Amino acid sequence: MSARDDILGRIRSALRDGPEAPQIPRKYRATSGLDQAALIELLVDRLIDYKAHVSVVDAVEVPTRIAELLADAKCYVVPTGLDAGWLAGLDHETGDRRRRLDSPAAPLPVAELDGIDAVVTGSAVAVAETGTIILDGSPNQGRRAISLVPDHHICVVKAADIAGILPDALRRINGTRPLTMISGPSATSDIELERVEGVHGPRKLDVIIAR
Amino acid sequence: MSTFLGMPSLPVFGTGNLHASESFPKAAHRELGNAQLRANLGHATHTIRDKRLKVVAELPDWEQLRDAGSAIKESVMARLPELLEQFEENFTARGGVIHWARDAEEANGIVAGLIRDTGETEVVKVKSMATQEIGLNEYLEEQGIAAFETDLAELIVQLDHDKPSHILVPAIHKNRTEIRDIFLREMPGADPHLTDDPAVLAMAARAHLRRKFLTAKVAVSGANFALADSGTLAVVESEGNGRMCLTLPETLITVMGVEKLLPGWQDLEVFMQLLPRSSTGERMNPYTSLWTGVTKGDGPQDMHLVLLDNGRSAALADEMGRSALHCIRCSACMNVCPVYERTGGHAYGSTYPGPIGAILSPLMTGIEAEENNSLPYASSLCGACYDACPVKINIPDILVHLRSVDVDSKRGKKKIPTQMDVGMKAASWALSSGKRLGLVEKGLPIGRLAAGRDRKITKLPGIAGGWTQSRDIPAPPAESFRTWWAKEHQRPEIEGARKPPQDKGDQA
Ligand code: SF4
Repeated sequence: MSARDDILGRIRSALRDGPEAPQIPRKYRATSGLDQAALIELLVDRLIDYKAHVSVVDAVEVPTRIAELLADAKCYVVPTGLDAGWLAGLDHETGDRRRRLDSPAAPLPVAELDGIDAVVTGSAVAVAETGTIILDGSPNQGRRAISLVPDHHICVVKAADIAGILPDALRRINGTRPLTMISGPSATSDIELERVEGVHGPRKLDVIIAR
Repeated sequence: MSTFLGMPSLPVFGTGNLHASESFPKAAHRELGNAQLRANLGHATHTIRDKRLKVVAELPDWEQLRDAGSAIKESVMARLPELLEQFEENFTARGGVIHWARDAEEANGIVAGLIRDTGETEVVKVKSMATQEIGLNEYLEEQGIAAFETDLAELIVQLDHDKPSHILVPAIHKNRTEIRDIFLREMPGADPHLTDDPAVLAMAARAHLRRKFLTAKVAVSGANFALADSGTLAVVESEGNGRMCLTLPETLITVMGVEKLLPGWQDLEVFMQLLPRSSTGERMNPYTSLWTGVTKGDGPQDMHLVLLDNGRSAALADEMGRSALHCIRCSACMNVCPVYERTGGHAYGSTYPGPIGAILSPLMTGIEAEENNSLPYASSLCGACYDACPVKINIPDILVHLRSVDVDSKRGKKKIPTQMDVGMKAASWALSSGKRLGLVEKGLPIGRLAAGRDRKITKLPGIAGGWTQSRDIPAPPAESFRTWWAKEHQRPEIEGARKPPQDKGDQA
């Protein structure tokens, strides 16, 4: 008998007392009931708690803010679907020269990504209560590797994409896309429980919240 | 052996690193002598415990989330065959390949075969309890395949050829200086001027593993959750080593116990709120990755999942014990356990320590496996684990149940009465009348003799010896309370103790 049939047989036999599947009581909160200003305030508070850098700007100021954050990067990568105009604040000549484009159809080799200082992406949805940003691999966020290998992640969150709590956020996205939930920069507490920010993932996380 | 033709079959138990090879009291006795371990553990468990309480108190609906989590898991167990088939169908439809493994040996063989097919001799690994349970790293080493642990704590433990002592912070028994020394000794090319600052040590680990991540062709992972209705898998982590392993290699092999399933997407909103807060005491862990089979142009294109039984079906067959399979490995129960806090994880022998280990290990291996029957007694039944458990597993109840399973299994074997039986009989004789008790109490001075000068009895004979294994008892008093009472109340006659003035007579 195949291992599959054997194991399924064992499990069926283990359940021969016929336990019933109970109703699931979903009495927990589905939304937070907060307005946008409160959501932004909460998200900022939580991100700062994780030692992420946060700026809240009007949508038109996003390009300037990105340009400022990229000032020190010798080169940076963006997904081909990044919102048009977000890079408009960069000096035309040097901004272009430093830029690398990545897409699933034309992926940069990992070794090249390793030499890139920063990455700029959008995001799918954010969770204010937990300070979480979710990337779903849409064209403005790109492949998972580009937001992982470079050491500095600049991530734009649109105010309308901020959900109050996790159930609200998860109901807004498609669970079968490759998803990454990010809550602050990478961290470890493995040595005497002392928190160290920045291990293998990007050591610096800049979040730009666009009103 | 376990054909399913409507015929009840015997449970088939698990193999691998699930056994205590020495009894818990013996192992605990040794571990208790390690003051460093105890200090580190005390600090760790108290710190995480306080953080957990703080973030749990923030949620107004924590109890409702626990209720939902508990019911979802109960429902998963009741519907397990159906959900497994549904998961298999969806995972396969999305380009993944499912392998089924009856036990540790079979799982190890499958993983080694898959790695061999790629032609590689090195793999990177994300922290996974399932692969520890089956002893995968050791097996791969025998097969000439090097498996590199990439979680910082797992790396420390692996470099030191040691075993994890906590499921969340496996190297908690080591302090920073010990870790620096391990790095200097075992990490090729480590900076000889390495300090013991945790930030510096973390950067050393980053540098050490970076090249491995960027060049690895094969990764091995565990999974925290699997969604039946979509074939989605999830890994919850902190450092980004998980993302590296799940994203950069060409081949990904995941090993997961059959009980990790959730029915669907909506259930994730419950567990992703319960797990991080119970586990690290964070509102959310830094990184969670979810993937559904193969995504063209993003991540590994060759995707395998090994579904592991290894005694889970046996645990499921125990009606009173099956809820142990609801465990999401958060480690909250060990952080609140007064026994774990003092003995540490190594004393439990198995991959799964602490209160959950004390029930899960014997359920998966059978109570008679090696020394696992000592585990259900590794508890004071204080109930702290039950209160802390995000999926409300009633660990104390299952401990008591397993103690009775243990007693029954021993009774089945021995026809002659045990010391316990004899002792209980004697006690019931003595306690049934005041006169008899008075007689027994006359023996007290003998106990004082046994205690010697320091007035301590350090070793009792027979099964009572269990009591003195990890504690001394003071010498018995020169006379019993009853004798003293009688004397103090001007009734010099000993038999007067039997009937003090206000006594209405003998009471059993
Ligand atoms: S038994 Fe409960 S508290 Fe203990 S590790 Fe499992 S889920 Fe967490």
